[in-house]
Amino acid sequence: MSDLASHLPVLQVLIPLLAAPLCFLLRKEAIVLPFTIAVSFACFAISMNLLSQVLGGDILVYEFGGWSRPYGIEYRVDILNAFVLVVVSGIAAVVFAVGPGQARRVIPEGREYLFYSAALLCLTGLLGVTITGDVFNIFVFLEISSLSSYILIALGLNRRALMAAFSYLIMGTIGATFLLIGIGFMYQATGTLNMVDMAHRIQVLGPTKGVLVALAFVMVGISIKLAVFPLHHWLPNAYSYAPPLVSAFLASTATKVAYYLLIRFTFGLFGAALVFETVGIDRLLLPLSIIAMFVGSIAAIYQTEFKRLLAYSSIAQIGYMTLGLSFATQAGVSAGLIHVFNHALMKGALFLVAACVTWRMGGTNLDVMKGLGQRMPFTMAAMVVAGLALVGVPGTVGFVSKWALVSAALEVDALWIAFLIMASSILALVYVWKVVEIAYFQTPEVELERREPPLRLLIPTWILAGAAIYFGIFSSYAVDVAELAAQQVFMVGL
Amino acid sequence: MTSLANQILSHWNYLAVITLMMIGLYIAISRGNLVKKVMGMSVFQTSVILLYVSMAKVTGGTAPILIEGRDDIIYSNPLPHVLMLTAIVVGVATTALGLALIVRINEAYGTVEEDEIVAMDRAEDERDLRSEDAS
Amino acid sequence: MGGEFTGPFVEMLLFIFMIGMALYIARMRSLFTAAMLFGIFSLLSAGMLTLMDAVDVAFTEAAVGAGISTVLFLGALGLTTSEEAPDSKHGWTALLIVTATGLLLAYAALDMPAYGDPNAPIQLHVAPHYLKDSEQEVGIPNVVTSVLASYRGYDTFGETTVVLTAAVGAILLLGGGVGRVGAGKGRDDEGGRRMSDTPIKMRVRETVILRVVGKALVPFILLFALYVQFHGDYGPGGGFQAGVIFAAGLILHALIFGLDALRRAIPQVVVEIGIAAGALIYGGVGVASMVLGGEFLHYGVFDRHNPAHGQHLGILLVEFGVGITVTFVMVAIFYAFAGRSRQ
Repeated sequence: MSDLASHLPVLQVLIPLLAAPLCFLLRKEAIVLPFTIAVSFACFAISMNLLSQVLGGDILVYEFGGWSRPYGIEYRVDILNAFVLVVVSGIAAVVFAVGPGQARRVIPEGREYLFYSAALLCLTGLLGVTITGDVFNIFVFLEISSLSSYILIALGLNRRALMAAFSYLIMGTIGATFLLIGIGFMYQATGTLNMVDMAHRIQVLGPTKGVLVALAFVMVGISIKLAVFPLHHWLPNAYSYAPPLVSAFLASTATKVAYYLLIRFTFGLFGAALVFETVGIDRLLLPLSIIAMFVGSIAAIYQTEFKRLLAYSSIAQIGYMTLGLSFATQAGVSAGLIHVFNHALMKGALFLVAACVTWRMGGTNLDVMKGLGQRMPFTMAAMVVAGLALVGVPGTVGFVSKWALVSAALEVDALWIAFLIMASSILALVYVWKVVEIAYFQTPEVELERREPPLRLLIPTWILAGAAIYFGIFSSYAVDVAELAAQQVFMVGL
Repeated sequence: MTSLANQILSHWNYLAVITLMMIGLYIAISRGNLVKKVMGMSVFQTSVILLYVSMAKVTGGTAPILIEGRDDIIYSNPLPHVLMLTAIVVGVATTALGLALIVRINEAYGTVEEDEIVAMDRAEDERDLRSEDAS
Repeated sequence: MGGEFTGPFVEMLLFIFMIGMALYIARMRSLFTAAMLFGIFSLLSAGMLTLMDAVDVAFTEAAVGAGISTVLFLGALGLTTSEEAPDSKHGWTALLIVTATGLLLAYAALDMPAYGDPNAPIQLHVAPHYLKDSEQEVGIPNVVTSVLASYRGYDTFGETTVVLTAAVGAILLLGGGVGRVGAGKGRDDEGGRRMSDTPIKMRVRETVILRVVGKALVPFILLFALYVQFHGDYGPGGGFQAGVIFAAGLILHALIFGLDALRRAIPQVVVEIGIAAGALIYGGVGVASMVLGGEFLHYGVFDRHNPAHGQHLGILLVEFGVGITVTFVMVAIFYAFAGRSRQ
């Protein structure tokens, strides 16, 4: 076990985990910022390496403390979670470089390093939840990511950020406690906490009352975290009042990890047969997903604040992901995963545009964005690109997602669902056009000279917006990995 | 009927814990006072601890601290105890953070009642709308 | 002592009291009363946990629930309000959700093995290994400590990180009592009333008996914390409980001699370094085991000839790390709340 390569699974989480307390010692922002960037890049590099190791179908296992399954805790990397690790750490690598931005104004003086510490803790939690092969370890790391995201959200400039963070804290804690109750019932039925061991034992047990109720609690707990309709009420406030950089990070990672958990618990613990055939969760998830697609998009159309519009759009986009899962097919899960990757890019880019606009205008109300197309051409061009991706225009990642989803729908002979996906895309066009129209065709109340945000903001924005085009044209990379992950999930179940 | 009664008798402990959990959850979701919400959440979490530890109990057992040279002793299951130690810590961390937020909310709004905060936000929105119409 | 017969009776009585407390908390308009009731609720549940053989959990629950949490509630109430406004909304939806959830849980619970059943699945798998082999594999009698610090040591590292996160939040949100605070609203820290001047505290400072007794108690509390810290291998205790108790001793000191006295003794910078140091000690032990050729937190590699000896050393060190982080986190949270002026 002595060579470094064999330790990569633990280093994936350990590096940001140790970096967070180290920020306390480094203190000076001039040191902490490059340190944080270096850590997030190291995480990204490790996740890419892990993905390349497991793509062939191998599964990496790391046993903590040298204790073998099921007595110790293990990390377990397969294509599915390696893929999510890449998304999370990749977004972190792009976004963390930006720093606290406007949130600086509410951070106590000289305590900027705590912002980075909180961001690293959030990253640690999300990575830890994704990579672990132990159900209780999921709970522990989920709480690390949740607590740090409550803190980060509360740093919004508007006082409403405090209330948004508090409401999310209450909802999130109820969700986590539901998950804990579900885990308790699963443990009670199987005697183990290791996911592989537990899955085998649940297979043998079949659908006992304890397992079924565990399923209900786990699913509700995760759905709160994922903001599945109708458990989404915490999300619009949290994402619109948080500092824009925090929204960019959380919108493109936190809900993705919750979606991963939904897939993992479905296929890796309870088993597809129990979840879909015995209980028929798909029959509930399908209508909820479709409602989310429409309610989210329609609500987005009526918003007068850019970030709030994006937040409602996220509810609709989460609907697309859960829609993919509700088909209960390999193509459906694959489509959902493709959308995880693609949505992370587009929403990340759009929230970073919001960060640029905030830097320039002090806020993101749609009326301050009047005429910004001429005054911040590069920023607004990124907005247009990511917005078109959100609609699903060919040549962007959004099109790849929609294509995969529509194909998955047609595969199960659900022409009407394919039609509804197109219909909701038109709604997306309406709200994206609304912003474009304001930015390019309306004249601002006060004349402003042309000025772009600093490069440390503009470059990350364009990396994500550029990726939204690049992976739209060269779609095979992400699509192949997502398909392999879905295939492995269906073949092995674990 | 007797079988149900028997079952209730042999599971009374779980039922009592579930009652406690539900009272906690009720306080957390129904109260408008933010401090009360956090208290409800704490009651909910504490009760979940009792749920796990109830599972661990073995009749006639004792605390899982091994006594040397005796193998006739029955010990209760240590694993749920370990898990709940973690859960207690998570609980107090959440409580501390929730209360810190409440202190800040009180400074910003002058109240910790949800209804009043919502009303203030709404009034603020309407004021903004009106000033927009005026201009 | 006829435990078989009286046991359930005591347990039932405790539960009835606890349900009563919970209902009282729900109904009480006075939040101070509710906070005190919550403390009693926690203490009763610690009693219940002891009856169910979970002595370590009971110890922690008593220290955290009845101790730290209650202090936090009182501190927050001192900074906000002590009266709950009369209810304006009807809790019928909430009642419906809660009843449905409760019935669902009861439905599953009645299907579980009976309370205390020695043949329940969780008594037959994994746990017997800990009870049977931990003495030989890890070498300490308290199985809870073995599982906590070694078999599931990584969870405990995560738990330490959760505590650290709470401190990050408290300092970021409440300013650690230093520097500017608030959203640039121009509030000044000197103008307001400090929590440490709330009536409870003033009475502690003014009452000679309390002052003398408290002063005498502090060293004993600190000593007891050290005992708990290093006795966790053999009896209930460990880093977390010790940290909470140690912090309680320091906080009592601050209540008697004033916040500033403690601040001078342990400045904010030291507190923050302490928080980081504990977590880094824990992580450092894990990294050291990696360097020596084992997996993260594989303490056995510390002593190749006698792995159990290595385990013992590793557990001692990580528990020490937990103790340090928890102590300083609690102090940091106390500073954050106590240093916040009241509006």
